[in-house]
Amino acid sequence: MTGQPRGWTVVCPLTRLDPGRGVAALVDGVQVALFRTAANLFALDNRDPVTDAYVLSRGIVGSRGEVPTVASPLHKQAYDLRTGDCLDLPGVAVRWHEVRCRAGLVEVRLREEA
Amino acid sequence: MRQGRLVVVGNGMVGQRFVDALCARDSDGRWRVTVLGEEPRPAYDRVRLSALFDGVGAAELNLHTPDPRVRLRLGAPVTTIDRTRRVVTTTADEYPYDALVLATGSYPFVPPIDGVDLPGVFTYRTLDDLAAIRAHARGCRRGAVIGGGLLGLEAANALRLLGLVTTVVEFAPRLMPVQVDTAGGALLRRYVEELGVACHLGVATSALRPGPDGAVARLELADGGRVDADLVVVAAGIRPRDELARAADLPLGRRGGVLVDRACRSADERIWAVGECAAVDGTCHGLVAPGYAMAETVADRLVGGAATVPDADTATKLKLLGVDVASFGDAHGTTPGSLDVTFTDPATRVYAKLVLSDDAQTLLGGVLVGDADAYPTLRASVGQALPAAPLALLAPAGAGPGAAALPGSTQVCSCNAVTRADLDAAIAGGAADVPTLKACTRAGTSCGSCVPMLRQLLDAAGVGQPRGLCEHFEVSRQELFDLIRVRGIRTFSRLIAEYGRGDGCDICKPVVASILASLGTGHLLDGERASLQDTNDHFLANLQRDGSYSVVPRIPGGEITPEKLIVLGEVARDFALYTKITGGQRIDLLGARVEQLPQIWRRLVNAGFESGHAYGKALRTVKSCVGSTWCRYGVQDSVGLAIALELRYRGLRAPHKIKAAVSGCARECAEARGKDFGIIATDAGWNLYVGGNGGFRPRHADLFATDLTTEALVRLVDRFLMYYIRTADRLQRTAAWIEAMDRGLEHLSAVIVDDSLGLCAELDAAIAHHVGSYSDEWRDVLEDPARLGRFTSFVNAPEVPDPSIRFTEERGQRVPARAGETGNQQPVGLGMPQVRR
Ligand SMILES: Cc1cc2nc3c(=O)[nH]c(=O)nc-3n(C[C@H](O)[C@H](O)[C@H](O)COP(=O)(O)OP(=O)(O)OC[C@H]3O[C@@H](n4cnc5c(N)ncnc54)[C@H](O)[C@@H]3O)c2cc1C
Ligand code: SF4
Ligand code: FES
Repeated sequence: MTGQPRGWTVVCPLTRLDPGRGVAALVDGVQVALFRTAANLFALDNRDPVTDAYVLSRGIVGSRGEVPTVASPLHKQAYDLRTGDCLDLPGVAVRWHEVRCRAGLVEVRLREEA
Repeated sequence: MRQGRLVVVGNGMVGQRFVDALCARDSDGRWRVTVLGEEPRPAYDRVRLSALFDGVGAAELNLHTPDPRVRLRLGAPVTTIDRTRRVVTTTADEYPYDALVLATGSYPFVPPIDGVDLPGVFTYRTLDDLAAIRAHARGCRRGAVIGGGLLGLEAANALRLLGLVTTVVEFAPRLMPVQVDTAGGALLRRYVEELGVACHLGVATSALRPGPDGAVARLELADGGRVDADLVVVAAGIRPRDELARAADLPLGRRGGVLVDRACRSADERIWAVGECAAVDGTCHGLVAPGYAMAETVADRLVGGAATVPDADTATKLKLLGVDVASFGDAHGTTPGSLDVTFTDPATRVYAKLVLSDDAQTLLGGVLVGDADAYPTLRASVGQALPAAPLALLAPAGAGPGAAALPGSTQVCSCNAVTRADLDAAIAGGAADVPTLKACTRAGTSCGSCVPMLRQLLDAAGVGQPRGLCEHFEVSRQELFDLIRVRGIRTFSRLIAEYGRGDGCDICKPVVASILASLGTGHLLDGERASLQDTNDHFLANLQRDGSYSVVPRIPGGEITPEKLIVLGEVARDFALYTKITGGQRIDLLGARVEQLPQIWRRLVNAGFESGHAYGKALRTVKSCVGSTWCRYGVQDSVGLAIALELRYRGLRAPHKIKAAVSGCARECAEARGKDFGIIATDAGWNLYVGGNGGFRPRHADLFATDLTTEALVRLVDRFLMYYIRTADRLQRTAAWIEAMDRGLEHLSAVIVDDSLGLCAELDAAIAHHVGSYSDEWRDVLEDPARLGRFTSFVNAPEVPDPSIRFTEERGQRVPARAGETGNQQPVGLGMPQVRR
């Protein structure tokens, strides 16, 4: 991958996302987990760093204190939806990506570094 | 104040306990302590000696902690006591004393049989004995043990673990004659023989004969029989080591032992005796618990107290050769007018006997063989009113009424004389877990049999476990269930807005989803509810470690036609699924991708299959044996009942998975007692067992009702399940749910049989609603485009298979490729690892 900033990719209509749930999307060959909460959209890598399986989008969305979270469906570690930091395993994190809604469409822009 | 000189002879279990107890009490340093021990090592846990053959190291048995106030001399046997000069002598030195405590234990009794001094003949008492046995056993094939008591059976197990073909020869007509009665001994013998240990009972050994190498080669028996053995252990009883006292002219008990009073003081007021060498009021005790009581008594006396030893507790519980054997109190019913209640279950091979007072109100003692779960509670209840009905107490694996039902004065830990009140006080004082409770009361630190009761007391006090479900709800699952049911709440958002906080999490969301499903309020994937499901319920399949899913269609009772079997084979072949037969008598199809699930299920549903709910916290299977239809032993149609039950309860969501089984006769081929509810056919109907499970902590189900008609059985199971669903905690299996109830099974029976809470009509109606409204979850998905829309790999590329799921081949089937085999993200051809396109 090059160091150049990438553009935004349209993924799907906002209506395809249920509040409180995630879906997987394929953006430039990268598996992205998209989440919609009551008020926000979030995007993380779909890969669960603990098990190497591409499943984070299938986790349960919720909150821990003020932090919006998703729990890995395999071993239940929680990740901060905003930063990708794992709340249960210090030092473990997944990459987060930029996500926005334009004209009813969800768009993602991949971030390079982990 | 001049320091007194205290000399302790013997550093065994009781000697060490005495020193610990004295140091704990002697805070102002009255005594300067010298301990003289004969063995070359400090005190160790002799009770657990046999653990050495289970791979436990000698260091783990250590009981000694150094104390600066105590001088310890090892390998220093005392040879004489000079009572006039008040000194004891070892071969090397003299030790003056102001007080002398004898803690010399016992020696193994070796009967005067021809040949007992041959090489290859051992006793079983010390670490050195065991080391010698282990060394000699190399190269031996056959072992024999003389003596079929507690020690002899432990030795026999040790020989077995050393790989020897083992025989036990016992003079009495039954095994463990001191502890168990005739019926218990007979059952014990069956267990022991099944493990390959031969038993010769009611016969004396008349001689040991050597082989050509001069070492022992065989036993000759008084009845003319003979037993080949190149290693022999003599475990024919123990005798108190009273030789020092005898030589010093101290009075002895009639059958030996240093004669002491209830203060453990001998005829010489400066000399005390504790442990197995002491004859308290003339009686010696061969167990550690009475020895510990003596140690505490003398320690108290030496700091000015007036303690006396209580009546000895001779209760024993051990697991010998995998068999639980326990006896306690007046096990042989020697109290005048005492009554026996016995319970024999030939199917599960449990024998239990309770000895009751003549009015059947007070527990005097008992014997348990095959299953001693009830032992701690029973032992603690000796001398008190029965804590529950005898049948409930004796029912196999019966958790009994539990410690929470015992009065405060009851000794929960008999080894260390700790009462329920002591423990409650420690808990009130802040002890919140078992280790802390042990440390501050000493309960549970000896034989350990009371530890389950410590746990129950902690639970009863509600210590250590916050009641709330998670940070979002302060109420328990049961309270949530009632809120949802009674207030008619149907959405998570309303529930959390009214009764919780935050956005929920992976704990509370699935709980609420499950409660809504239990209440029969619509499909899992409709509306907001879909977002509450964990991934298994969300895709109605089981997530595997590589992100693929498994599919398990229902096969009620494990009965399947050849046609359906062929369909399963064809579907598996066409989708290249890995197939495996499950323990629940059905077939698991693994390796399906999310977007394949509807295609697979369309084929299955068309062939007449329906969801097996392997993904849900719900009824899994009702396993069965072939029963009276085919089996020559069967007495009822177990398959028919299993199918009827599985169809009745399919899809019923619960706090945890529910497993069940039906066996066609007492031979129990369906393993029903390992299930949440298990049914075993009898000549007259069905016996119902509840609260069993396999898994991490296996537990046998308890007998709940006998000889039921099918109709009565179904009614009880209905209520059992619905009461469980309404009141259990999250992820609590039925076993833990019952254990957690005050009075356990008795309570359960009051609620669902006697309707003590007036709930039964509601429970019956709830099950009727479930049965009436059941519909197959997978069929409902296939018929609804909105639900189907969820089964896509990628929201923006629904047809693209997840490239991270890749396989390799093992034994002719596809299995997930390991990380090294996938390496990069290139697809791997079937059976051809690492082929790039
Ligand atoms: C294999 C085995 C299994 C057992 N299982 C159980 C069980 O399950 N439950 C139970 O309650 N009990 C059990 N026991 C019995 C229990 O171990 C004894 O009751 C306990 O050890 C008695 O403690 P004690 O201090 O009186 O004697 P011991 O532990 O024998 O200690 C006495 C010590 O004094 C030393 N000594 C003797 N004479 C002298 C002398 N003249 N000078 C210096 N030192 C001397 C000895 O060498 C020994 O080290 C078992 C015993 C064995 C061998
Ligand atoms: S449990 Fe009884 S009926 Fe069923 S298969 Fe076994 S022996 Fe036959
Ligand atoms: S009863 Fe033996 S340690 Fe408590």
